[in-house]
Amino acid sequence: MLAAAFADFMQQVVSGFASGGIYAALALALVIIHRSTGVINFSQGEMATLCTYIAWTLTFNHGWSYWPAFVATLVFSFVFGLATHRIVIRPVERGNVLRVVIVTIGLLIAFNGFVVWQWSGEPKALQSPFGTDTIDVGGVVISWQDVGTILVTLGIVVLLWLLFQFTKLGLALRAAAVNPEEARLVGVRVSWMLGLGWGLAAVLGAVAGMLTAPTVGLDPQMMQPILIYAFAAAVLGGIDSPLGAVVGGLALGVLLNLIGVYVDFVGAELKLPVALLVIFVVLIVRPSGIFGRPEVKRV
Amino acid sequence: MPNLLELDEVEARYGPVQALRGVSLTVNEGEIVAVLGANGAGKTTTLRAISGTVSRSGTIELYGKRLRGGPEAAARAGIAHVPEGRGTFVELSVVENLRIGAYTRRDRQVKSDIERVSEYFPWMLERGGQRAGTLSGGEQQMLALARALMSRPRLLLLDEPSLGLAPMIVREFFRTVLHLNENEGLTVLVVEQDARIALASSSRAYVLEVGRVALTGSSAQLQGDESVRRSYLGY
Amino acid sequence: MTPRQKQLVGFVAFAAFVVVVALLPAFISAFRAQQFAFVGIYLIALLGLNILTGYTGQISLGHGAFMAVGGYTTALLMVGNEQFGQTGALAIEGGMKDVWTIPIAGLVAGLVGLAFGFPALRLSGLYLALATFAVAVATPSAAKRFQEFTGGGSGINLFGVPELTAGLTPVEIFGRELAFNDWLYYLCWTVALVLFAGAWLILRGRTGRAFRAVRDSETAAVSSGVSLARYKILAFGISAAYAGVAGSLYTIAITFVNPDTFPIALSIFLLVGVVVGGLGQLGGLVFGAIFIHFMQIEWAQQMDAVVPDFLPIIGDIDTDTPGAPALAFGAVLILLMFFLPNGVGGIFRRAGQALTSWRYSRGA
Repeated sequence: MLAAAFADFMQQVVSGFASGGIYAALALALVIIHRSTGVINFSQGEMATLCTYIAWTLTFNHGWSYWPAFVATLVFSFVFGLATHRIVIRPVERGNVLRVVIVTIGLLIAFNGFVVWQWSGEPKALQSPFGTDTIDVGGVVISWQDVGTILVTLGIVVLLWLLFQFTKLGLALRAAAVNPEEARLVGVRVSWMLGLGWGLAAVLGAVAGMLTAPTVGLDPQMMQPILIYAFAAAVLGGIDSPLGAVVGGLALGVLLNLIGVYVDFVGAELKLPVALLVIFVVLIVRPSGIFGRPEVKRV
Repeated sequence: MPNLLELDEVEARYGPVQALRGVSLTVNEGEIVAVLGANGAGKTTTLRAISGTVSRSGTIELYGKRLRGGPEAAARAGIAHVPEGRGTFVELSVVENLRIGAYTRRDRQVKSDIERVSEYFPWMLERGGQRAGTLSGGEQQMLALARALMSRPRLLLLDEPSLGLAPMIVREFFRTVLHLNENEGLTVLVVEQDARIALASSSRAYVLEVGRVALTGSSAQLQGDESVRRSYLGY
Repeated sequence: MTPRQKQLVGFVAFAAFVVVVALLPAFISAFRAQQFAFVGIYLIALLGLNILTGYTGQISLGHGAFMAVGGYTTALLMVGNEQFGQTGALAIEGGMKDVWTIPIAGLVAGLVGLAFGFPALRLSGLYLALATFAVAVATPSAAKRFQEFTGGGSGINLFGVPELTAGLTPVEIFGRELAFNDWLYYLCWTVALVLFAGAWLILRGRTGRAFRAVRDSETAAVSSGVSLARYKILAFGISAAYAGVAGSLYTIAITFVNPDTFPIALSIFLLVGVVVGGLGQLGGLVFGAIFIHFMQIEWAQQMDAVVPDFLPIIGDIDTDTPGAPALAFGAVLILLMFFLPNGVGGIFRRAGQALTSWRYSRGA
């Protein structure tokens, strides 16, 4: 009896990690952009959706098999993110915060409109390479989809970590993010670095989108709740902390899953407000998040 | 053989304010040259004009070749600018600060250079993983200097290194700069509020006043001239 | 132009505007009148948001939630919630005439805003934006959850109830008979213009100066003795009250309210409207209201013949293709931020400055 309850619990934890991995990827995208350009990119979800539709077009309309389409989409998303930064964000990133916020909102509306225009609002199906089978690990039933999701998100996060920590380019990216004036003085082309940051963020978004679509179905509004969970994760972990984004995302995924199943009062519809309550409470109690550094106001 | 650095009637402005009204100076290889003057005279702006951080007109030549573009171009041309307030990457570690200093280099000797540089500052290797923001002011100034060295610069620009530092630390800093100049042939252009130590550490000096060169001469000369010291240098 | 002269121009412009508003319904159809009524409603909400964001410098992405408070207050006061089975202390009987609910809705929303102002003190900039965003997204779900109190997912219906003025039969005002659409138009614009004047009065006085001090430099404000907390909270309260009135009128206009009436998109559009209209300006807000009104239409995908008639640019877009207008709107919004970062109000200000320097350069 206990073993069965435990198995149930572990199943929820594992699938919580899977959805948490998706939140972590998108949260990491938000953090990268905020750290480097100081902007909260409200259109991150819609960018991810657009890239996922590209993947769909490749597999559905052109008959590509999944993994080549996946890689091609990542390449597309990188260029897409870079171009968006260069063309739309660079002219306004230095000015008023609100101005940039409105621009990203404009992007949100435009990208969403573009998707509806090109692919219509009807839901579509994006195949998953992981299939619908499950495996049994000591009584705990786990779906390959969840396993695959966890592996892919983990893989991409690790790759990015390696890039940031151990390569010259990663060092330059970090330097440009924390101290752009100084970075220029040592020869770093800061505006290209910022563009690169947007490119990498778009890649993360595309991964999140392509992993979300098989389970919830591909439609233009697909990433909107995910974006909110990603905000909650980023705020929870610390809006400038990449580690915080990942930990926050995973924790939130597990937490929401467990609450949704085990707490009757909440049920499935209140998952979203719970996430928002998290945002709210964290912002009131410790705005810099778990891993963030509290800001000191300098007079 | 052209001068290492030559400025000819360089002007610069911040919006409506004209900061430099035609500055001309030269720096030769292996020299330490000081730029002095009161607050607002244009000392920092002169360095910014050289590194391209502020937009300027007039001629700036490095070994006879015109310097154009922004800071990135200046860095690639071999100019290392240590700005006012040190400009260390406070969120990166000590070693990472050194590594990023070598950004423009494409050779494979960066690692050995880190070791070479730490001969002057042994504590940097010991505390390589420490976050630069937790270092003291003096240590950050040394780190900024070491970082500048990592690019194997042709010209080192130092902007008010004594700012906010205790006199003893400042003396140690300038001692190190002199040392580097003697051993490595490092050419330095240093802007300073503290005229005394700047003159003691340099061979030549320029005194700026409201965006122009008011006076120039050998540092020994300027040091010895009491009227100059009183009217221009404040001591 | 001297400040006095600028003020005079402002008064004249306002008076002219009042005249235009008063006479417009005679020249347009009832349907258009209803459309313009909504512009008036948005104007009220934008006035409130501008007080908070434009004048006091606090970003709110959650004003839709305050509108919802106002809207639900009005609906509950008009028909009550006993029909949903609510009993006890939270049961409301209803029966109040719609017009009287408006100030109460504003008051209730204002109190909620004041309450929100307290925790908001600890936040600023983007953090405040995120917190208000969270509140706005959570509100529809909360409304759905508490079914007995709010009517849950199906909401509260006001169509045909006797408390709704001009709902079933035309109402008589000053000897003229007004059908629902025209009555709505005049109601909304009367309230809007009164509140516009009210905002102007608040902002030109000591309170307005304190608000601006808070926005421009918190440290300077504190050192001049301005109580940051008091004015920040006050700004939240006033702006929430305005939003509540707007929400109340909105509910009356569409004759129902449910959790999806005030979605997060609305909160976002309000912020857009304030920026497009011009932060820290009152004059341009009407344009902001018009802008978001049409944005709302596109977003709700009501492909209407309305659009081409008012904005020739948008009219050229094929409205049979959903999504394309939204794409255009997003692009227009981005371009506006590129070229008019201070919104329409910014144009007015620059025109005023240009006139001032022209006058002085002529050696007057």
